[in-house]
Amino acid sequence: MIDVKNITKRYNGTVVVDGVSLSLPAGGVISLIGANGAGKSTLLSIISRLLPMSSGTVEIDGLDVTTTPGEVLARRLSILRQDNQIMSRLTVEDLVAFGRYPHSKGRLTEDDRGHIRNALRYLDLEPLAGRFLDELSGGQRQRAFIAMVLCQDTEYILLDEPLNNLDVKHAVAMMKLFRRTADAFGKTVVLVLHDINFASCYSDRIVAMRDGRVVHQGPPEVIITPEVIRDVYGVEAQVMENAGQRIALYYQ
Amino acid sequence: MPADRRILSPTIVLGGLSALTLLAIALFMTLGARGKWDFILAFRGTKIAAMVLVGYAVAVSTVLFQTITNNRILTPSVMGFDHLYRMIQTLLVFQFGSGLVASLDPRLRFGVEVASMVVFSGLLYWWLFNGAGRGDNRRSLHLLLLVGIVFGVLFRSLTSFLQRIIDPNEFLTVQDRLFANFNRVDVELLTVSALVVLAVSLVGWRWRRTFDVLALGRDAAINLGVEHRRAVMAVLVMVSILVSVSTALVGPITFFGLLVANLAYLVVRSHRHALILPAAVLLAVLTLVAGQLVLERVFGYNAALSIVIEFVGGLAFLFILVRGSAR
Repeated sequence: MIDVKNITKRYNGTVVVDGVSLSLPAGGVISLIGANGAGKSTLLSIISRLLPMSSGTVEIDGLDVTTTPGEVLARRLSILRQDNQIMSRLTVEDLVAFGRYPHSKGRLTEDDRGHIRNALRYLDLEPLAGRFLDELSGGQRQRAFIAMVLCQDTEYILLDEPLNNLDVKHAVAMMKLFRRTADAFGKTVVLVLHDINFASCYSDRIVAMRDGRVVHQGPPEVIITPEVIRDVYGVEAQVMENAGQRIALYYQ
Repeated sequence: MPADRRILSPTIVLGGLSALTLLAIALFMTLGARGKWDFILAFRGTKIAAMVLVGYAVAVSTVLFQTITNNRILTPSVMGFDHLYRMIQTLLVFQFGSGLVASLDPRLRFGVEVASMVVFSGLLYWWLFNGAGRGDNRRSLHLLLLVGIVFGVLFRSLTSFLQRIIDPNEFLTVQDRLFANFNRVDVELLTVSALVVLAVSLVGWRWRRTFDVLALGRDAAINLGVEHRRAVMAVLVMVSILVSVSTALVGPITFFGLLVANLAYLVVRSHRHALILPAAVLLAVLTLVAGQLVLERVFGYNAALSIVIEFVGGLAFLFILVRGSAR
């Protein structure tokens, strides 16, 4: 369980995250939504110890992220930010193999190789395994990075806009993969999403942020309503129900 | 496009480089030898030892520095090291006169130089990481580099100011010290610096896999459980020591590290430091020994190796810069 208590983040007086308290139970897919600059990515970075908070605490299964040794957390929680630039000349397989570093410190065991093969297969990367990252398209690279994070095989997987650069086919496949990771392996997947309909169709729980605060949270049927969408994004939306899934139409 | 463009495997590349380096060393030791062998071997052996040590220190420090900054254009000299060295040399002569400096125990002078450079870099990094950086290391690393550049300019200005008001005879002494020269190396200094470099290498070798992770960038390294700030500090101290050793031994060689590091990335085509570091070291030693050989035998000592290396390295720097911005 991820326990966020009273997190505030300030940059030179500008408050980006404003006293957020949040308790996310283990297991399932959780989506963070909100307009640009609402503080979603910052909150995700703070939870995953990439950014220090100005005040407040974050605990992952009772482990305080600021004091727990990095290698302990790395076996429990993984994070992928947006815009990953890598200087090293890496093949897809090399990159995915780095996901095993918290477990084997670079000396790959047979078990590690199994994880690497699975991650490559799940993300449809087997034909690209020997290609260098700088020879791939944006979407292929994005999949390679997600494969690395999945290969890390942590209880909690935090992803900042994982659907970036992906076409419709791969975006759907990716969301199905997250769903399966949660259902079959009991993992907790926390996503920052811009597409509220993906959030609606695949999440167990949606957390909506505005101006650095959590303004709404709950299952999709509570969050995907015209009122909540107006409150969070300031746009008028129609919500339709289709095969038990709620779809927001906000294009007009 | 073929799936694997590693035309030569890293092992073959390393083997080939080792063979070439050994050949260059053998040629350097034997070519054009006239007179007693025991004198020649000892005389040339000292030069070889100096070149191996300097090449090693420059190559390793540059690769590690580029690993923690995730940048292939920056080198430790960007942090103002060579200018600090020039300033220390000038200050010594300015303060105590060339006579006293020359009579000073070279080991003592060397110790003072290394210590002052490590202290300088240590203080700078400590201040930046604990004060000005305030946590967000990604930004503070850039701040660190900017501060390094500014410090470099400051040291250079102070140096030229001192050189302007110094006695002209003393100025000549300073000038002489400031250019890299492998014909004027002290044997005792060599032993001391070899021990220092060995100690740093033993620690570094155990860290080689951590270096691979650090090269992925800060976020990925933290995600994979590396204590990023501590690791970067440790690497910076290693780099400081290595740069101090090489600079104090033969003077500043600014672009040399950039040249060999980028050549090493080019020929090895791997992310593993266990391969990149040896390749960079071999390339550095090969360049120095072969360069010195050509200089002595072909041009008859009529040019300084450092000038040639700086010229080629400077061209490589411009090339990488232009290609990088075009991409």
